[in-house]
Amino acid sequence: MPEVKEDGPNDGGGGVQIDLIGADRMANMAGMEKIRMILDGVRDGNIVILEKGLSPDEESKLIEVTMTEISPDEFNGIEIETYPRSETSDQSFLDRLMGKESSAKLTVIGPANQIETLHKDENLISALVSRK
Amino acid sequence: MGLFTELKDSISRVTDKLFSAQEPKRIGIYGPPNAGKTTLANRIARDWTGDAVGPESHIPHETRRARRKENVEIERNGKKVTIDIVDTPGVTTKVDYEEFLDHDMEKEDAVRRSREATEGVAEAMHWLREDVDGVIYVLDSSTDPFTQVNTMLIGIIESQDLPVLILANKTDLEESSVQRIRNAFPQHETIPLSALEGDNMDEVYAKIAEYFG
Ligand SMILES: Nc1nc2c(ncn2[C@@H]2O[C@H](COP(=O)(O)OP(=O)(O)OP(=O)(O)O)[C@@H](O)[C@H]2O)c(=O)[nH]1
Ligand SMILES: [Mg+2]
Repeated sequence: MPEVKEDGPNDGGGGVQIDLIGADRMANMAGMEKIRMILDGVRDGNIVILEKGLSPDEESKLIEVTMTEISPDEFNGIEIETYPRSETSDQSFLDRLMGKESSAKLTVIGPANQIETLHKDENLISALVSRK
Repeated sequence: MGLFTELKDSISRVTDKLFSAQEPKRIGIYGPPNAGKTTLANRIARDWTGDAVGPESHIPHETRRARRKENVEIERNGKKVTIDIVDTPGVTTKVDYEEFLDHDMEKEDAVRRSREATEGVAEAMHWLREDVDGVIYVLDSSTDPFTQVNTMLIGIIESQDLPVLILANKTDLEESSVQRIRNAFPQHETIPLSALEGDNMDEVYAKIAEYFG
């Protein structure tokens, strides 16, 4: 499934890597597998976008595992924001990117120390990413 | 307040309890850091048992280990409920020890505080999935309730089918808006209070007895 990677690894080149995880790929993964994939991405400094968000149970585990991995000067945790899709038919750029429409909530997750704000309004999530 | 007369009855109630098979309900007090969870837990414990649960502080993540007060008997309007109140650490998705340095803390203490906080939150999340019979969700009504943590937590609680009471705390503050919380979570009952001043505790106790009884 689609996984868009903007220029190379995020190792100081100034670029930000975005991992776009499609619903089909998520559907075939176990809960812990999804959480591992998200946190591995975020800990590499990437922004992870899930086409279909997590279940409440998975969200709860994501918080729990995030907490156990926080370590001073290394990993501060995550910023997370969801975008509840409405039933309306107008497609967003992400819908087009994903090549489909979905009523599931889009979820954006990023490293807390690099994302200053994840701002959300009616039809937009914007991440202000600070390049350290 | 009639609490003392009720306390006097406690001896006879102990005898009653020997014959009652009902286990106390575990009620988790959840919510974001600094909402006033411990202040509320202490007030409930003091009103009904005479002693406190734990320290309160304006510095976030004061509570880093969940604290339990067992067998708190609350009686209102003829309804009686015995609960174990569990005061949990404020839930968050990030903890940065450097935040604590602003509160005049040495690095070593700040790092320890953040490590304890993360362990406590992990534990509280685990309990929420396994070990809680009902939730009191405390919000600071002077701040924006539309946060991702609140949305996720309420969603998690709903998915477990747990009874939940939303408390709009700090109504004594000028910026307090209870309506903003009602708008954020219209599917649940919101009760205003000031845990610090003790305002509207009667309604809080009545609702606890009604929801968790
Ligand atoms: N004005 C006002 N302040 C309150 C009220 N309740 C609590 N506070 C204050 O808010 C701060 C945080 O209170 P706590 O009870 O420690 O908050 P908490 O939710 O347990 O915080 P953590 O344990 O860090 O998650 C303290 O300075 C309290 O005195 C209230 O009703 N009104
Ligand atoms: Mg506390």
